[in-house]
Amino acid sequence: MSDSDSMAGGSLVAEHEHGPELRHHFATVEQQREASTLGMWLFLATEIMFFGGLFCTYLIYRYWYYDEFAAGSRSINIWMGAINTGVLICSSLTVALSVRAAQTGKRKTLIVLLILTLLFGVAFLGIKGVEWYQKFEEHHVPGLNFSAADLIRDYPQLHIDPHHVQLYFSLYFAMTGLHALHMVIGIGVFLFLLYESWKGRYTPAYHTPIEIGGLYWHFVDIVWIYLFPLLYLIDRKPL
Amino acid sequence: MSEHVISSKLYVGIWATLMVLTAATAGVAFLDLGPFNTVVALVIATCKALLVVLFFMHVKYTSERMTKVVIAAAIFFLLLLLGLSLADYTTRLVA
Amino acid sequence: MSSAALNPERPNYLNQEYGIRSWLLTVDHKRIALLYLLSITFFFFIGGFFALLIRLELLTPAGDLVQADTYNKLFTMHGMVMIFFFLIPSIPAVLGNFLVPLMIGAKDLAFPKINLLSWYLYIIGGVMMLHCILTGGVDTGWTFYTPFSTAFSNTRVIEAGLAIFIAGFSSILTGFNFVVTIHRMRAPGMTWTRLPLFIWAHYATSIIQLLGTPVLAATLVLVVLERGLHLGIFDPALGGDPLLFQHLFWFYSHPAVYIMILPSMGVVTEVIACFSRKRIFGYNFIAMSSIAIAVLGFLVWAHHMFVAGISLYSALVFSMLSYLVAVPSAIKVFNWTATMYKGSITFSTPMLYSFGFIGLFTMGGLTGLFLAALGIDVHVTDTYFVVAHFHYIMVGGAVMGYMAGIHFWWPKISGRMYPEAWGRLAALIVFLGFNLTFFPQFVLGYMGMPRRYWQYPPEFQVLNVLSTAGSTILAVGYLLPMIYFLWSMRYGKIADANPWHAAGLEWMTPSPPPTFNFDETPVVTWEAYDYANIPAPEEVPVER
Repeated sequence: MSDSDSMAGGSLVAEHEHGPELRHHFATVEQQREASTLGMWLFLATEIMFFGGLFCTYLIYRYWYYDEFAAGSRSINIWMGAINTGVLICSSLTVALSVRAAQTGKRKTLIVLLILTLLFGVAFLGIKGVEWYQKFEEHHVPGLNFSAADLIRDYPQLHIDPHHVQLYFSLYFAMTGLHALHMVIGIGVFLFLLYESWKGRYTPAYHTPIEIGGLYWHFVDIVWIYLFPLLYLIDRKPL
Repeated sequence: MSEHVISSKLYVGIWATLMVLTAATAGVAFLDLGPFNTVVALVIATCKALLVVLFFMHVKYTSERMTKVVIAAAIFFLLLLLGLSLADYTTRLVA
Repeated sequence: MSSAALNPERPNYLNQEYGIRSWLLTVDHKRIALLYLLSITFFFFIGGFFALLIRLELLTPAGDLVQADTYNKLFTMHGMVMIFFFLIPSIPAVLGNFLVPLMIGAKDLAFPKINLLSWYLYIIGGVMMLHCILTGGVDTGWTFYTPFSTAFSNTRVIEAGLAIFIAGFSSILTGFNFVVTIHRMRAPGMTWTRLPLFIWAHYATSIIQLLGTPVLAATLVLVVLERGLHLGIFDPALGGDPLLFQHLFWFYSHPAVYIMILPSMGVVTEVIACFSRKRIFGYNFIAMSSIAIAVLGFLVWAHHMFVAGISLYSALVFSMLSYLVAVPSAIKVFNWTATMYKGSITFSTPMLYSFGFIGLFTMGGLTGLFLAALGIDVHVTDTYFVVAHFHYIMVGGAVMGYMAGIHFWWPKISGRMYPEAWGRLAALIVFLGFNLTFFPQFVLGYMGMPRRYWQYPPEFQVLNVLSTAGSTILAVGYLLPMIYFLWSMRYGKIADANPWHAAGLEWMTPSPPPTFNFDETPVVTWEAYDYANIPAPEEVPVER
């Protein structure tokens, strides 16, 4: 492994030639940036495994109870899911463009793009909230007067055990809930980035927080890219 | 992560591709392809994920080998969890 | 023996700043290591206390000391505290935190504030666990098996689960810090093949911490949700599968045992090289075997589930993979042995613990192979055979390695020598006490005594009495170092920078080190374990 270019060099000369953002246990800004970036990628790897546990649960129960999962999937709103997917993709665009704005020193553009990202994020959560409320009204929330009677009635072609349908909805809420929690955290992170950008903290020489915040946001988008087909598109073919 | 600055046009192009793929995956779901519905959906999702990783997350332009190692390792271990668990569930004699 | 020539009032990381705030808000990896040392020692004694109660109950065949439900809580709390609040943090959080930057020539870890955060998360988890213990405890076994944990237990499962969830993040952050530090902060000339094998061991451990612990986190979240909201994920009445919990749980918990043993192996490698005055035999093999253990360790988890209801086909696959994972460990044992061959051996305290490690870990490992064989496992699973097996690895292996490491680096950490004669005596007492405690358990298990039972047939009593007797001797062996380490901080001989004449960058800075570790960033031009060029000390420093 040849990261010899990133070892700490003799630091006495470089020490007084850096901005305030260089922490003193690092020798150069470059080393600090590479450490932060590697750190964020490692964190995303842990997140992949964290969501992975839920994906494993989903996989096993979909394998066992395909019909019930199909019925549950048909009962959630594909248009809201698709629109939300589009909203997140737009937010990833604004995030990528905001990193570019930071790289090229365009502070005003950066601020506008960060605000747009936040708006898209909030829109996603709003639409999700509406979806969940719909599910609540239809008695599809496990533990809150759950009833699968309407699904059994609507899909006589599918073999539906009401208990097994509850498993689908438990997973639906667990997975979209965990994803939404990550979105909320992402919005918090980006509010912080917006504040710092407004204060002029980010320059072409130093904008690492924007880069690594962006990595996190894109990751949350990728989780949704998989959640959409797995939860919403299990079985939509004409019966 | 390199300091390579990617053009806005490329970003918008990727965005457009992602939107088209989203519409495609939703549309294909209404067709009857038997077991291939799932396969197609996952293939499209993976293409979308790849576009985000390579372009929006700059992995295509980075000179850091560790980034790719970390991503590959995480995917490998995730597939291990899913695959070996399935090895049990698909070979049980009773459901 | 004349004492070293260093003025103990020279500024170092211990006397740089005083006051509780300077410790609780420190970002110095060495101080954080000491914070961890105090905390894990505290939890070690809590876990040990539960162990003594278990052994007291098992002195007699009847269940007469505690009630059955209480006994369930005792072995549960013993397991949870020892695994999550002692063993998993032990070497990485104490010795790793202290030594990783020093060994690679860095001023600190990559993310010092995250390091402090990891300690606070550990403390929060620990306080929650204590609260859980004091307000009724948990009785599910440290393994939290469903549906008992999710639907039937009347104890504080959610609190225990959340405590471990939080402590898990502490573990993840430590691993994360180490990987970035080792990749990005090595001193000039410190190439990957010049790194001490202690570093390779911690790198491998960190991979497991990063990739395995999140799955445990997700699983505990599901257990808490299931118990709180009755979602049905593990409830057979709703179509859930209790075995799914076991798959998810063991996906982490098997690699977790490698989190517990790999750092000890790293310590043993350093100690054996030093006290054989020889370069490690097969450096590349030991380094690669550490990575191999980390990877292969993720492939074997269902060997904990052979009789639980998994398919025979998958049982065969996991059995075969479990045999495979023993190979890299065996490679290490061969390499340590070859290192000692024609070496100049000193029977210092760390070396005595390392000898103990090699013998006991080998026995534990071999009995693991017995368990990996499906036919034998059906007979001895859930008996004391398994209990003995994992205690040979965890206590005979991991804890011995931890003791070796604490003794070896004590001069560096504290600037003082511990009393060598007492150290050797304690090591001997631990070895004898350990074997008396756990060897009878192999026999008991083979004879059929089930684990987690609070009463047993009278024919098992003799062996149980031997085991309990051993446990009291073991307890004495662990108390002695507590006493003499504390004694040494005031009265111990002052240590110089390198009392053992060992190889490694950590020995090239004063004892105790200054806050920023090195006055000038070292430039490494020599290979690891360069013992051919380091003259041996005249004698092992012994307290007179």
